[in-house]
Amino acid sequence: MGESLALTLPEIILTVGAIVLMLAAAFAGDRHARTITWAAIGVLALAAAWVPGIATAGGVAFDGLFVADSFAAFAKVLVYIAAAAALVAANGWFGRAGDYRAEYPVLILLSSIGMGMMVSAGDLLTLYVGLELQSLAAYVLASFQRTDNRSAEAGLKYFVLGALASGILLYGVSLLYGFTGSTLFGDVSVALQNDGVSTGELFGIVFVLAGIAFKVSAVPFHMWTPDVYEGAPTPVTAFFASAPKVAAMALLTRVAIEGMGPATFEWRQIVIFMALASTILGGVAAIGQPNIKRLLAYSSINNVGFALIGLAAANREGVSAILFYMAVYVAMTVGSFLIVLRMRDEAGEPVETIASLSGLSRTNKPLAAAMAIFMFSLAGIPPLFGFWPKFLVFDAAVRADLTWLAAVGIVTSAISAFYYLKIVKTMYFDEPAPAYGPTADVPQTILIAAAALFVSPLGYLAIPLIQPLADNAASALF
Amino acid sequence: MIGLGHYLTVGAILFVLGVFGIFINRKNVIVILMAIELILLSVNINLVAFSAFLGDMVGQVFAMFVLTVAAGEAAIGLAILVIYFRGRGTIAVDDINQMKG
Repeated sequence: MGESLALTLPEIILTVGAIVLMLAAAFAGDRHARTITWAAIGVLALAAAWVPGIATAGGVAFDGLFVADSFAAFAKVLVYIAAAAALVAANGWFGRAGDYRAEYPVLILLSSIGMGMMVSAGDLLTLYVGLELQSLAAYVLASFQRTDNRSAEAGLKYFVLGALASGILLYGVSLLYGFTGSTLFGDVSVALQNDGVSTGELFGIVFVLAGIAFKVSAVPFHMWTPDVYEGAPTPVTAFFASAPKVAAMALLTRVAIEGMGPATFEWRQIVIFMALASTILGGVAAIGQPNIKRLLAYSSINNVGFALIGLAAANREGVSAILFYMAVYVAMTVGSFLIVLRMRDEAGEPVETIASLSGLSRTNKPLAAAMAIFMFSLAGIPPLFGFWPKFLVFDAAVRADLTWLAAVGIVTSAISAFYYLKIVKTMYFDEPAPAYGPTADVPQTILIAAAALFVSPLGYLAIPLIQPLADNAASALF
Repeated sequence: MIGLGHYLTVGAILFVLGVFGIFINRKNVIVILMAIELILLSVNINLVAFSAFLGDMVGQVFAMFVLTVAAGEAAIGLAILVIYFRGRGTIAVDDINQMKG
């Protein structure tokens, strides 16, 4: 028991931290929301500090319900970083609207606990509870601006479709449990191995994949993404696009490889379909979007499609490529959203149209340069770091004899490059729109600069640092 | 004699009713919340039936977790519905269309 508790220490730290901060928020009031946000970042850092040590010790807690391996550790650290970035983003953004409340950091912490459980799930029960813990906090976050109709509508849409997805996932879980006789990933895998994949098990696999596909917003379960991303407050959107995506992607990988490994032939067809549909729709539907948040929503659908190509490969290289992809994706997407947070008119009102970016290179050179780096990187244009994980994913697909999938992926990547480059063109060659209002949020500026440096060609220097970690994490699943 | 198949059939029917309740319903968001509960209920019937059939307690424990989470989910759903109604003055499904494209 004591050993199990030691393995779940990051989650325990986050839980205690969230409860203490909730109490602090109740007594101190919303005036101290800033301080509580920084305290929450501290709690995340403390939890992250324990993760690597636990991964080296490695192990299974609570009779297999909870797995603390290097795969979980990689995803967990990434999730905590993304959550901390969302907190920094909120601190600078909400303040001016005067509607920042101390629940925000607490909800982010609770969601992070859920995400930690998702990536460490070794059992369908942990999977479900972790997923719900993450989602329930996320529904509230989406409708955080209570007086804003769009935020409330985003929350409602996210809730209804999210609850439906959980229901579909659960139905699949019940079928898998019934036909394999266990909820442990290891035992499910053994049962699939021993007597082949029966019809009931196949239905279970399909339903479980559909439920998780909703959480990573892969086509055809993406319909909520643009609406929720547009309606939710921008820091919340930045959070949705980064941390839960990493957690759900890691969860999907673990379930598919560890839990359904013997049924690879069956789920690979579904994953290939989702990957192709996501990259194509994410590339085509974003063309002509006037709203930058909607455009970035389609961009995230597009990126998830590429990560799914790595899963379709279903080999060690593929899993390592997924983790690498998500690490770079988090930097690119958080960076882009931090720039969207900067888009405010002279009166301080947020603007979200792409047209307002016109001529940014003349009114605000550093911001335009950072945005250009993120856009080129998202498009996967070689000198920038966004190219490298795409290359790894395609390489893994080729090794798994899915050369045609890699080829189609490259084509869709070229299609989606169109709208990324269009933003660069708007910023650099169009007549300047009214300049954005001044801003003085130093932590955000530092984050934008750090993310831009990471995805710039300098990022290649980080490969010897990240690659062994990703490889090590991937080998935990095989 | 009522066997596992009968329970699974009831579960499947309830599940399909729940899914259709979400997609076909064009009137009221409350009905959608009820449809979600129906889906979770169908899952619980499945889990408990499998648990009895397999002689394994895990399914019943799982059903308890599902019940608990469903309660939390309903509370959050209704809370979001309340703030939505405050802003818009309606909860008709057809009116939830401020954002599209």
